[in-house]
Amino acid sequence: MKGMTLIVKTITDFVVGFIVVFGAYIVLYGHLTPGGGFAGGVIIACAFILLMLAHGKDVAYSKLSEKAAHVLDSAGALAFLLIGWFGVTAGFFFMNTFGRGEAFRLLSSGMILPLNIAIAFKVGSSLFLVFSALAVFRRRSFRAMIEDELA
Amino acid sequence: MENITPQLYALLVFMIVGSIVAIETRNLLSAVISVAAVGFALSVAFLFLGAPDIAITQLVVEVLVLIILIRGTILLDNTAVESHRDTLAVVTSLIFFGLLLGFGAMIFGGRGFPEFGEPLMRVSRVYVHTGLPATYCANIVSSVILDFRAYDTMGEATVLFTSILGALALLRKDGKRKEEEVVAA
Repeated sequence: MKGMTLIVKTITDFVVGFIVVFGAYIVLYGHLTPGGGFAGGVIIACAFILLMLAHGKDVAYSKLSEKAAHVLDSAGALAFLLIGWFGVTAGFFFMNTFGRGEAFRLLSSGMILPLNIAIAFKVGSSLFLVFSALAVFRRRSFRAMIEDELA
Repeated sequence: MENITPQLYALLVFMIVGSIVAIETRNLLSAVISVAAVGFALSVAFLFLGAPDIAITQLVVEVLVLIILIRGTILLDNTAVESHRDTLAVVTSLIFFGLLLGFGAMIFGGRGFPEFGEPLMRVSRVYVHTGLPATYCANIVSSVILDFRAYDTMGEATVLFTSILGALALLRKDGKRKEEEVVAA
């Protein structure tokens, strides 16, 4: 049986959805309450890492494959840059040209909400990638690597 | 500020003791746990200082780093560090300890520390006063890092992106070159 015991798996199945929802809340309300793209992205990454620890890599990769994580990582970085360049159309780089809206509402403060979402995608998928790189990829000793390079 | 200072001092002493344990212990797993305890105490200290944003980020990152470090530590066969420390390291740490004592004497003997948050600088005063009317963003931290200083945040995102790229390139299963060789053979 892959992964941990049945108890851990059951609790993980029960909890993972709530963790993702909480992370999404932290991201989407980052301009109103404490939190933001970085913290929310790490919380969402923790949900997938919990899946990988409890169920093994196959279940975690079926929810978020390595390829998809790569794409989301790069897409988040590109979206951040594109939102920055959007400001150039009105003035300068990272000018806040989106509609400001009304303060203390969800749709307010212009580009801060989209930037938070872009950072969340970037940070979450890249931290998931780092964990999968450390946990799943076969570890090779440096000596074997050097011998391969010399051979 | 005065009523929370004893708690802050207690947290600081706890963090210093935890760091010393993390440095001095011979077992890598114990060192990782000690570093994690220091990090959690730091997040509580941020909460006491009225910075919930930083506290949330510190807590979440601490949990993730703890998982990754324990995972990386228990994969090693041998978690004990046997190498004895050399004289150069001892001499260097003694020199830096003396420097620490010297600077402490300079600060406490002379002017003393400035009051907490006392010299509110010109730039931060502008942020605090114009944050809400300029960005309509209720969270002042978000308005600073994503509006006033979005360029800095882009640099930070680039650093993260590049480091992930390097880590994946170093840790991937086998080089692409080997796969091509296998296919050719």
